[in-house]
Amino acid sequence: MRNEMCLEFEAIAVNESLARVAIAAFVAPLNPTLEELSDIKTAVSEAVTNAIIHGYENWQGYDVEKRSVPVKFPIHPGRVTMKCRLEEGYLFVEIGDKGKGIRDIEKAMEPLYTTRPEQNRSGMGFAFMEAFTDDLEVESTPGEGTTVYMKKKMDSGNWIKEA
Amino acid sequence: MEEFKVIDRCLMVRMPEEIDHYKSSYICEETDKRIMRENVDHVVFDFEETRFMDSSGIGILMGRYKKMQFIGGKVLIIHPDKLITRMLHMAGISRYIEIME
Repeated sequence: MRNEMCLEFEAIAVNESLARVAIAAFVAPLNPTLEELSDIKTAVSEAVTNAIIHGYENWQGYDVEKRSVPVKFPIHPGRVTMKCRLEEGYLFVEIGDKGKGIRDIEKAMEPLYTTRPEQNRSGMGFAFMEAFTDDLEVESTPGEGTTVYMKKKMDSGNWIKEA
Repeated sequence: MEEFKVIDRCLMVRMPEEIDHYKSSYICEETDKRIMRENVDHVVFDFEETRFMDSSGIGILMGRYKKMQFIGGKVLIIHPDKLITRMLHMAGISRYIEIME
């Protein structure tokens, strides 16, 4: 049995939780364990946050002059797409943006490496994505955007039996 | 219930149900403001109500840890659930910050 979903939303911080709720609902028919659900939500949260704050540089709460601005007005317009597919016991998630892209993917994926330590970023985003999924691939072109591909085996696997 | 409270020069921070980048800047700012203003010796982050945290939470904790080290104070984590504890260990936080389950 398979299923597919595509979601597109504005690159603003409030939508990080939207993405998490959406992916949780998407995998719900598989009856995942709490741990699996937490893994998936964390990985998605990391990828979406990266797209928003690095891809589009939509730093929540601040505009370019460091004045506080309401979160509901994006500073840079842009959209994040999240494509999800369930197939043969695997979950595939693809999170893409058309932001500034990553120049050095290997460097970006190093644990604890962050371009924004002053913004309280831990540099653990990609490390968490890697730890919480079974496969992670990153495609990026500077100036054009970034797409993250994640694959996770859903151990519970079985769809809830149709009575 | 208050989110921030100073008891005996100890700043208690009640963490929200979900800690992500959206919530993190508010927590960082408010915590730092109180560390500066209220002369606190230690900071305690209470995860009692927290059910989700991503790397933004690690950023909050490490940032506050560095700040408190500078002042000579400690950072403590209390009441993390199983999943949060797993996350903290994975990030290596337990090497720097005491976790009380």
